[in-house]
Amino acid sequence: MTAVIETNDLGKQYGRKWALRDCTLSIPEGKVIGLVGPNGAGKTTLLSLAVGLLTPTRGSITVLAGRPGDGPAQLEKVGFVAQDTPAYAGLSVGKHLLMGAYLNANWDQQLAKRRIDQLGLDLRQKAGSLSGGQRAQLALTMAIAKQPELLLLDEPLASLDPLARREFLQGLMEIVASHGISVMLSSHLIADLERVCDYLVLLVASHIQLAGEITELLATHHRLSGSRRDPRSLPSSHEVIEESHTDKQSTFLVRTDQPILDPAWTVRPVTLDELVLAYMGQAHNPRPGRRSALGVVS
Amino acid sequence: MIRFAWLQFRMQAALTAAALTIVAVVLALTGLELAHLYDTTVAICAAHHDCSAATTNFTAADGPLQVFSDFLLLAVPLLIGMFWGAPLVSREFEAGTFRLAWTQGVTRSRWLAVKLGLGAVASAAIAGLLSLMVSWWSSQLDQVNANPFDSLRFGVRGVVPIGYAAFAFALGLTAGLIFRRMLPAMLAALVGFVAVREAVTAWVRPYLFTPLHQSLPITTATPVSIDQTSPGIIKAFESTRGISLPDAWVYSAKIVDQAGHTPTTSFLSRACPLGNYGPLNPRDCTARLAAKFHQLVTYQPGSRYWPMQWCELAIFLSLSIVLGGFCFWWIRRPVT
Repeated sequence: MTAVIETNDLGKQYGRKWALRDCTLSIPEGKVIGLVGPNGAGKTTLLSLAVGLLTPTRGSITVLAGRPGDGPAQLEKVGFVAQDTPAYAGLSVGKHLLMGAYLNANWDQQLAKRRIDQLGLDLRQKAGSLSGGQRAQLALTMAIAKQPELLLLDEPLASLDPLARREFLQGLMEIVASHGISVMLSSHLIADLERVCDYLVLLVASHIQLAGEITELLATHHRLSGSRRDPRSLPSSHEVIEESHTDKQSTFLVRTDQPILDPAWTVRPVTLDELVLAYMGQAHNPRPGRRSALGVVS
Repeated sequence: MIRFAWLQFRMQAALTAAALTIVAVVLALTGLELAHLYDTTVAICAAHHDCSAATTNFTAADGPLQVFSDFLLLAVPLLIGMFWGAPLVSREFEAGTFRLAWTQGVTRSRWLAVKLGLGAVASAAIAGLLSLMVSWWSSQLDQVNANPFDSLRFGVRGVVPIGYAAFAFALGLTAGLIFRRMLPAMLAALVGFVAVREAVTAWVRPYLFTPLHQSLPITTATPVSIDQTSPGIIKAFESTRGISLPDAWVYSAKIVDQAGHTPTTSFLSRACPLGNYGPLNPRDCTARLAAKFHQLVTYQPGSRYWPMQWCELAIFLSLSIVLGGFCFWWIRRPVT
């Protein structure tokens, strides 16, 4: 299985502050990857590193077996939609498509034109007068028409209303289905991405808190509740992510590969939402010795 | 990439071409009139023995346009630096569009190379064309006015404006790349260009070629004036006026003897006894000075005008290339 994005001890520092640290990942090809985390967690930094706008302060990053931004061939393999979907205000939609055609060897002008038509955009309209949603669609069209192998989208839904979000994600899913490309899109809300992603990377406070296939994550996490117990009394194969206690009762969110056999527990599956919240909470109350073990899923 | 750069640049290019055309038409029409005026007055003035009136009349012709054309050539490099060079990259940063431009299938270096190359060539071409037009328009005025080395005129004729424009553009672009904000970049382009241009005019241009020396006799035509700077101290006032070296740039004219010494106070007080308003008898004073002293003139001959023009052009083009090289190094740095 080849990796679409592979990082090793990747770090990026601005001045004295680390925007991203100790980031080791290996994401297989053909996934739709949700990059989730609160604002300022380092999502944009990771995406910028992957597209080559930034270079690592330490560690390494490999995208589609190449160094990001290293030469035109590498640049063409990666489609990028930047945060707030910047566009040249003075250039029309049609001129933006021309720009794509001039700057990308594999540009598919027919595909671009067809999408613009479907979206009901006017080729002569200046990009400066487009709505946020229209601009996001234009940016997505430009990123797709260059026929990349990997599509990186930085907070593409942030400026869109719910209807535009649905249309945007629908368009994205059609592309994934028809072109078979890998996609990584970021959001600070897991709810935005839940329906489309099959791989999750959770970034909290510049660190990777969780990464893995969503089905696998859901299969290995359980919520246990029962009479009050000390977490240390749990089997060593159970990794406690979250715990809460009342006078009589204890509830744990645990990660384990093993089946849960203890009949004293009521076992409930977790939702992705709960999982993300639990790991975010854990990041804010770290337990010594646990975090590093959890951070990496290869 | 060239086609894309042209896509973004063509509006500005069209506006500039229109402005240049207007200037060309105005200069062509008035230039023909000026040439006609010259041919019918100054060129034949010797026959009518009224050359001073004819030249005075001629040099006053189209006065506002003379000032304007010189001003235009002074201003154009500045405008290019501030309004083409400075915004070129800084606006991409301010609008965030660098994240769009630099993630297409063209490397940043290539992007910069085309932007820089196209802009520098366009800047140089505009300044060159403008200088050519103005040089043609004012060719006869310049003949009458003499002194092509005049510090204002040297910079607004010939080939040096080409170098100024290319340099101003490169400077603006560099500032934009460093500051990433348009206004600071424009300000830096303005201040930087004026400073470098003035520094080269004052401290580089005079030393490009070792000046020549020539001894000229002191005659009654030499404007020797004796100056009593303080009681008991008298010195011969050095003046470069009236030195007849055609089209030369005269640095200084000293009154010295064979050994190179200037007249002593005691000699001057003997040779040129002072009255209330300078020497009592200027004619005797000049004759006594001329017997022992001569004028030592330090100057650049008129034949060095074009070598100096090319030299200064080379200096500014080299500076532009250095700035360009810096930009290529700088743009490889990561951006946020």
